[in-house]
This record gives sequence, structure tokens and C-alpha cells, in this order.
Amino acid sequence: MASSSGASTEVDEAPAGIGIMSTRLRRRRLLRWLIVAPFFAYVTGFLLIPTGEVVLQAFRTQSGSFSFSGMHLLTEPQTVSAFEQTIKLSLITAVAGGLLGLFVAQATLSRGIPGWLRPVLTTFSGVASNFAGVPLAFAFIATIGSTGVITLWFKHLGLDLYGHGFTVYGLTGLSLTYIYFQFPLMILIILPALEGVRREWREAATSVGATPLQFWRFVGFPLLLPSILGAVVLLFGNAFSAYATPYALTSGYINLVPVLIGEFLNGDLASEPQLGSALAFGMIVVIGFAVLIYALLQRRTAKWLR
Amino acid sequence: MAALKRFPLWSWFWLLFAAAYFLLPLYATLEFSLQTGAHSYGLGWYGTIIHDPEFRHSLLFSLRLALETVALSLVLMIPTVYGIHLWLPSARPVVEFISVLPFVVPPIALAVGVIGLFQGVPWFISSTQLLALLYVIQALPFTYRALDAGMSALDLHTLSDAAKSVGASWPKTLWHVVLPNLRTAVLAASFLTIAIVLGEYTISSLLLFNTFAVYIQHIGRTEAYSAAALAILSFGFTWVAMLAIFVLTRGRASRRPIAMVR
Repeated sequence: MASSSGASTEVDEAPAGIGIMSTRLRRRRLLRWLIVAPFFAYVTGFLLIPTGEVVLQAFRTQSGSFSFSGMHLLTEPQTVSAFEQTIKLSLITAVAGGLLGLFVAQATLSRGIPGWLRPVLTTFSGVASNFAGVPLAFAFIATIGSTGVITLWFKHLGLDLYGHGFTVYGLTGLSLTYIYFQFPLMILIILPALEGVRREWREAATSVGATPLQFWRFVGFPLLLPSILGAVVLLFGNAFSAYATPYALTSGYINLVPVLIGEFLNGDLASEPQLGSALAFGMIVVIGFAVLIYALLQRRTAKWLR
Repeated sequence: MAALKRFPLWSWFWLLFAAAYFLLPLYATLEFSLQTGAHSYGLGWYGTIIHDPEFRHSLLFSLRLALETVALSLVLMIPTVYGIHLWLPSARPVVEFISVLPFVVPPIALAVGVIGLFQGVPWFISSTQLLALLYVIQALPFTYRALDAGMSALDLHTLSDAAKSVGASWPKTLWHVVLPNLRTAVLAASFLTIAIVLGEYTISSLLLFNTFAVYIQHIGRTEAYSAAALAILSFGFTWVAMLAIFVLTRGRASRRPIAMVR
């Protein structure tokens, strides 16, 4: 936007003799902005204004006057525990899924692993990271639900999972389910970064007598750390905003922020819209913060891997 | 030690672990969906589903939404990305920033905002078009990324100068010169959009539409076995879409779009 004003002053300062030319130029410049105008209009209408509405509504009463009553909701015990649980679930699955994805991605690159495995793995990862939501929830109910196939296997082996307090509807079950789409996503994000660890670096380290472990400890890992952390932040946001998976898995009987919002919306719509908005506002703040960290880390990585 | 190193034990361990994590739930779901009695197996549950008219309705509805979303996304984004690449490089960071915003604003928050905003306009909030309009926003991050990567790989300035020198207008250039070169990027992004729209639950359920995912959830409440069969079918759809992307972008993993909308 800044350069468009710069460009128009340039035209304004042109000598009067080429006035016709400058009008034509200006018209062309206008046309060029017109080509991106629909995009800006669209995102304003269907993304920016609805988001603004969430923020405004979070600070309004039903009659429309300014109020902090929505914010008060954010300090109530149930809400606080919902945020705590959602953040906990997202952190666990981002770190566990992130580490698993990292190990698997690195495994495909190590010597002695056939090359055809990599494309197979990325395709599988593409499927698994997109196979989320309602079908995934039912797949896990069929797997580790109370009559799930693996639950029954364990029973045959004499281990009664459900007798020991395990349930697919709890935080552990949810974590296992989330990791199903988290670790393949990690593979997709981190594989290009791992491939970017150049062979020359390794050879240079080996030539001065570094063991593989030393190479990773002092060169590879520090180089990759920003990408890894960035990817984990993305996984965090991915889990934090999940609604379909926990809702379908627990029929809504779990205290997570998205599920709580769904309850507000599915209940009496007109009752207290500012409460749903206050929660949604809280979500945007948490994810916005995570993405800010991601952007900062990304900037650092880009410098290294150029 | 040297002998051990030749066989990458840990690498195989992690690969097998990943394979097990990926395949076990699928196997379990498949077995679940084929159980017709205590010790009998069959395709009974699949038959029940296929003969349920709601299955066909919801699937066709979601497919239609997916195609609408793809068409609308491309019509909106191709000229935009073309424009910022060719004429408005200064707008590029802004568009890039906006295109990652749907990740910051989760679908459920977007639904809250849309409901708050259009509550007073019942015909709009209950029109199926609204759903496709919102899915375009959900698809924005990877549609943009795919088109941006595709156009970055082309020498757009040379191509469009060449087209201009033979008298082509910019829409003609876009259609006859740029688009054929973008086929891979466009198709890959489209298949990903289709996969995502077919599985989308959050927005459609909160806006009270009977999409495919809403149907699966509805069935799952009462029929665990039918739901397992539906999960297998749904997995098959995702598989087809991803396989298409893989075939299209073979050997160019960096062009593959990644989605993160749950």
C-alpha cells in the first residue's frame, strides 16, 4: 500500500507536457489495483469483519453497550479449566506428535533405508493428517473404545484397559487420537527442513573428526531447532482449534474450549452470544500468540537455510 | 559398533512404529465395520449405509460444496496472485499475511462471528452458498501457497511480455499462457480443498447444515458399526484425493500443499 502512494506522487510530479500519458498511467495503475480488489473485499466480508464481530461481541452486553461481562466469563473456574485442559492437550500432542514425526522423518533419510519409502511415507502422511474430525473419532472408538478391537486384544492378553481407568473419552484417549493427525503433519512440515541439512555440513564435520552424535549435538540440532520449534507451534495451534474430533469422540462431554463454544452456540442461540464470543476471542488470543512465536522463529530459520 | 551402524535399527524401529500407529486404527475400524454378528463377517453395514437416502444426499451436498469452493477459490485467487506477482509486489506481504489469518482464527471462532453478524439475516445464514463462501476462507492458506509457489516457479514477466508482444491482453495471457503452466499447482490445491470440504464438520454443524461429516456424526450417535463403515469410506475419499496430489506433484514435494484445518 505504501508504494502505491509513492507511485502516484511520481506520476503527479511528471512535467505537464506528458499529462495525457500520466492519466493513462494512472488509469492503468488503478486497473492493477482493481485486479486484487475482489480479494480484499472478500476477506474483509468473510474473515475480517466476522473476526471483528467476535472481538466486539466479547466486549458488549446484549443491549449493545460496552461491558467486561464476557471477560468475566473467562475468569470463571469452568472456563479456566477448559483453557487449561485445551492447552495441556495441545501441548502434549504437539510435543509427542512433533518428536515422533521428527524421528520418523529423520529415519527415512538415514543410510540403509530404501529410497522408495520416502514418497510412500509422505503420501501416507498427507492422508493421515487430513483424516481428522468425525471419521477419525469413530475410527478410534472402534480401536480403543470400550469394545474396540485393540481393547479386546488386550483383554485376551489379560489386561483390562477400561478396568484400569483408561477411556478413549478422556485426555489420554483424546491425546492418542490427536497424535494420529499430529505426527504425520510434523513429517510433512519437517521433512523439507531435514533434507535441507546439507551433506557438505556433515562431511565438513566428519572431516574434522566429529562423530555423528557430535554433528547433531553441535551443528544439526542447533540449525534445525527453530524449524522444529516452529513446527511444534503449528501443531499446537492445530490441536488447539480442533472441534470435530473431540466433539464426536466424547459427544461433547469434555471440557475443552472449542466444545464449550459449540455448547453455547448449539444451545439457545440468542441467549448470551457474548459468552461464545468471549471464549472465541480467548482462542484467537492464544493462537495469535503461538503464531507470533512461529513467525519470529521462522524468520531466524530462513536466514540459516538460505 | 561399525557392524551395528550398517543396519539402521532405530530408523526401522521408528518407521515400523509409525506404520503401526497409522494402520492399526484402520485395521480395527475395518474389522469393526465388517462385524455382522458375534463371529460372522460381511458387508451388511455398508449395504445399510448405501441404501440410506440421507447418505447419498449428504455426500452429494458435500461434493457440490467442494466443487463450488474449488471454483470460487480459483476465480478469486488466480487473478489476485497473478496481479501481485506481476504488478503489485508491494501488496504481496499483505496478501500473504491475510492468507495465514484463517489459521489464527479457528473455524469455530469464524462460525461464532458469522452467526453473530448474520443472525438478523435468516435467508443468508440458512443459504448453502454461505457455507461455500466460508470454506473458501478455510482453503485460503493453502490455495494461496500453492498458487504463489506455482507462479514463483514461472518467469511471469518474460511470459507476459512475450504474450503482450503478440498482442494478447492480460486476461488472455492468464488463461492461455499462465494457467496451463500452473496446472499442477491448481489441481493439487483443488484436491486438497475437496478432501477438506468433504470432512468439514465444525462450521456446517454449527450453521445447521446436513453435510457428509454431520451425517456421519449423526449415524455415530446410534450406530457404532455403521459409523465405522462410514469412517472407512471417508478414509477412502481422503486417500483418493491425496493419491491424486501425489501423482500430480511427483518428485516435487515442496509444491505439495499442506492443510491444517481441523
